[in-house]
Amino acid sequence: MNPALSVIFFTVVSGTGFGLISLATLLDSLSRGRMLSTTELLVASVAGIILATAGLLASTLHLANPKNAWRAFFRFRTSWLSREAVFSVLFYPVATFYVAGLWLYGDHRGMLVGAIGVATAALALTTVFCTAMIYASLRTIPQWNSPLVPVNYLLLSLSGGSIALLVVDTSVGADMEQMLIALSLALIAAGAGSKLVYFSWIGKPRGPSINTAIGLTKGRARLLESAQSSSNFTTREFDYRAPLPLLWSLRLVVYALGFVVPALLLVWMWQSETAVTASAALIAALAGLGVERWLFFAEARHTVNLFYGRQRC
Amino acid sequence: MKLGLVIDMDTCVGCQACAVACKQWNTSGTLGPLTDYDPYGAEPDGVSFNHIRSYEVGEYPNSETVNMPMSCMHCETAECVTVCPTGASYKRESDGIVLVDQDKCMGCNLCAWACPYGARELDEASGTMKKCTLCVDRIYDDELPEQERQPACVLTCPTNARHFGDLDDPESHVSRLVRERGGQQSLPELGYNPVNRYLPPRPKTTASQAKAPKAGLQERLRGWLGKAVTR
Repeated sequence: MNPALSVIFFTVVSGTGFGLISLATLLDSLSRGRMLSTTELLVASVAGIILATAGLLASTLHLANPKNAWRAFFRFRTSWLSREAVFSVLFYPVATFYVAGLWLYGDHRGMLVGAIGVATAALALTTVFCTAMIYASLRTIPQWNSPLVPVNYLLLSLSGGSIALLVVDTSVGADMEQMLIALSLALIAAGAGSKLVYFSWIGKPRGPSINTAIGLTKGRARLLESAQSSSNFTTREFDYRAPLPLLWSLRLVVYALGFVVPALLLVWMWQSETAVTASAALIAALAGLGVERWLFFAEARHTVNLFYGRQRC
Repeated sequence: MKLGLVIDMDTCVGCQACAVACKQWNTSGTLGPLTDYDPYGAEPDGVSFNHIRSYEVGEYPNSETVNMPMSCMHCETAECVTVCPTGASYKRESDGIVLVDQDKCMGCNLCAWACPYGARELDEASGTMKKCTLCVDRIYDDELPEQERQPACVLTCPTNARHFGDLDDPESHVSRLVRERGGQQSLPELGYNPVNRYLPPRPKTTASQAKAPKAGLQERLRGWLGKAVTR
């Protein structure tokens, strides 16, 4: 699959934003308001909303006919893209209520604001889940058609969000929160683990083959002539070939930037917590996630390629 | 009704006439124009609903060339319709034809991703998804003589490799062809249940090559000399 930069930016940035606001509101509810100060919560929520919005706006850039984008809310019953659109828009009024509640009541906020916070987190995580299901529901791409995809998207969204929460915590927070660092490390480890499972799972092509595509299974088949002198929409969209050594080295980059460097920085933060260290960890993690999302597309093999001579997907 | 195509891979010669006829009819049809990018340049590119690709199956000398024309299969489980967020893609209940409402499409490409056959192509000029309509603007046209109420690709095929009809009716011409010739689906394991069927090539009679008897010593010596001595 051709990696579209707008979609990569969207899934990484809005995923981190949704992860940030969900973690902040959920931690606040679970600790009954003891873990994060009101200022931290406010900054985390607003930052989460801004990141999510930036991503969602970028996602409209890949539409070829955006004037019809408003119609995307009407096939909720069948389409994951429609569900994503509906939940991402439902997120805004609820998140706004939550931020308003924090702003108005501050430290004296009651159960109601907490409940709205939990609803915000639920909508944010549901949106991330729907985004992942857009890919996971496609039977045409064996590398995506797996429950590992939504697991990865949710874990990486939460681990990115947890590092962003540390940035907020170190910038405006009163006291350092080692619990938060431990949680972030655990989420990074979970994300790295699930990605490792994914990478080993997609390793061997086991999808449909060129023989079942053309319906002749008596012998090896190869493309003689595609009858095209240049590319067309399907080859541009689906026939993305990156050299194998590049893919392998980028997997290392994903692990180095996305997981190892942020984890080491967080371990270092255990001793001396500074906003600079946390920001460096966030930047490394986002860069790593960007490469991870690029690989997610570049390593996906669509069945259309079978008709253009690929032996197996 | 379940309208679709039955394509004979035995008689198709890969002449591309159906691709040309398709483009010619549909570029001025309901979905037209099918935009060309750089049509007279070095890299001509553009929207097309019908692609004919050639494959070699088996190992030489027992290999054969097979041509496979592909357009929309009008699947019974049309996932392209399921994933469409705007409702622009739809499958008609009356005859099973899958169409795209150009006034509703937002060009998100998701239906093209969901199609295993590459039947859908985005027109970059209109920003909408376009695909084979099974010549819906021909087959119901009362103004045309009855024998011409068929898709343009079927009408034009010089080897009569393309057949159009109702695959729901077990006694139709196309259903009988599928039954008699073992018509099959492309990528049946994905479960899209495509309506279009392909008739596999008939088994060819193969001539076995007789092995020449081993030549005598004198004969082999003469042969060796002929190769070894150069002027």
